[in-house]
Amino acid sequence: MSITILLRALDRAMQERVAEISGQNVYKCMQCGTCSSVCPMSGDMEITPRQAMLLIQHGLVDPVLSSRTPWLCASCHTCQVRCPRGIEVTRVMEALRQIVLRENRDMVNPREIPAESIAEMPQIALVAGFRKLTS
Amino acid sequence: MKISYYPGCTLKTKAKNLEDSALASLAALGIEVEELERWNCCGAVFSLADDDLIHQVAPVRDLIRARDAGADKLVTLCSQCYNVLARANKLMREEEEKRETINLFMDEEVDYHGEVQVVHFLDLLRETIGWDALREQVKVPLEGLKVAPFYGCTLLRPAEVAVGGGDRGAPHVLQDFLSALGATPVRFSAAEECCGAYEVLINPVEGMRRAGSVLAAAGESHADAIVLSCPLCEYNLGRKQGDIRAQVSGIPDIPVFYFTQLLAIALGLDASAGRFELNMASARKLLQDKKFVEAPATQV
Ligand code: SF4
Ligand code: SF4
Repeated sequence: MSITILLRALDRAMQERVAEISGQNVYKCMQCGTCSSVCPMSGDMEITPRQAMLLIQHGLVDPVLSSRTPWLCASCHTCQVRCPRGIEVTRVMEALRQIVLRENRDMVNPREIPAESIAEMPQIALVAGFRKLTS
Repeated sequence: MKISYYPGCTLKTKAKNLEDSALASLAALGIEVEELERWNCCGAVFSLADDDLIHQVAPVRDLIRARDAGADKLVTLCSQCYNVLARANKLMREEEEKRETINLFMDEEVDYHGEVQVVHFLDLLRETIGWDALREQVKVPLEGLKVAPFYGCTLLRPAEVAVGGGDRGAPHVLQDFLSALGATPVRFSAAEECCGAYEVLINPVEGMRRAGSVLAAAGESHADAIVLSCPLCEYNLGRKQGDIRAQVSGIPDIPVFYFTQLLAIALGLDASAGRFELNMASARKLLQDKKFVEAPATQV
């Protein structure tokens, strides 16, 4: 992955929002890559959890927000249990999702879910999904 | 000691097989629990945003109702409900500022400080009966049944709410439980992994791949079945298994049970207590083949 860092691209305000919503200090990250190696979804992510941490450290929140990474994160909490720096990476992912959702954007449209799926899915799939993916 | 029971939404409909088998087993074991007279959905996922307290109100309200019912413990079965209630309770115990805000907001209720203890059904068994005593109650030992214990995420993470009473190292409550029933827990490399959770709604292909890799690991472990305690895991690994097999190669045909269903059978309860009609068809068949239950009089 190559990313050109322009000084004007550094978005401190966005970086602060991530810190505020997640309650995490991204500068504690030492880029060891443990989170990416244990993340069950990182194989499908174009920006892995470690890369996301690095980009946020540099104030480059936008590329992470426009990637699928926050939406591929299943909130399994494996990364944060293993992070040697004690960073709750799952909360960082949540902050990224919240920044998008709080703009009143929905990532799934309940009306588009086929009736058969609704009939067979357990309620917790729908409730959890709507909590995580809609505003 | 009074124990309140919180079922959660899914157990009253899609996961009746989890609830019915659990309650029948508790009755057989002589453990009394009382369902909360009024309860609401816990929210299914714990709110991870630091500035969002409104989503803590639902689980806290359930905890308050348990306390007001005079309960010392609140027991749950669904792993997701357990995770949400246990973490909300921890927040109310430990985070003073948030607790005060929530208590101020909930002005009709008496302030809550985390008085109730949230326990998962597995820990209730472990703490109130213990594995040795449970073994003595077993009427139909599940001999020769090789089972892959699947914890998934929410029974184990974060560590502060992990079941097993602070076991160090790899968790073993489910293995201990299975051994008490006479079954053989197998070594299962995906036991603590994610089943794909709610990805089914937004990234079904990737979610299916995730569930597929858990199933493939179960196949490699040579287990006859998988046991778990979460209706979302059951959906991703059980109900969707046929679809996954149609799209991913190397996926075994392996029945998925709720742990309480095996408990009910091992305790010698009638097969109807297991509600196996709600599982994939291969589930009941496996128990019949192993002679743990009889074939129903009229085959469907
Ligand atoms: S595990 Fe923690 S310290 Fe290591 S890269 Fe991930 S966030 Fe950074
Ligand atoms: S919580 Fe999200 S980012 Fe962390 S390991 Fe799980 S899926 Fe990956």
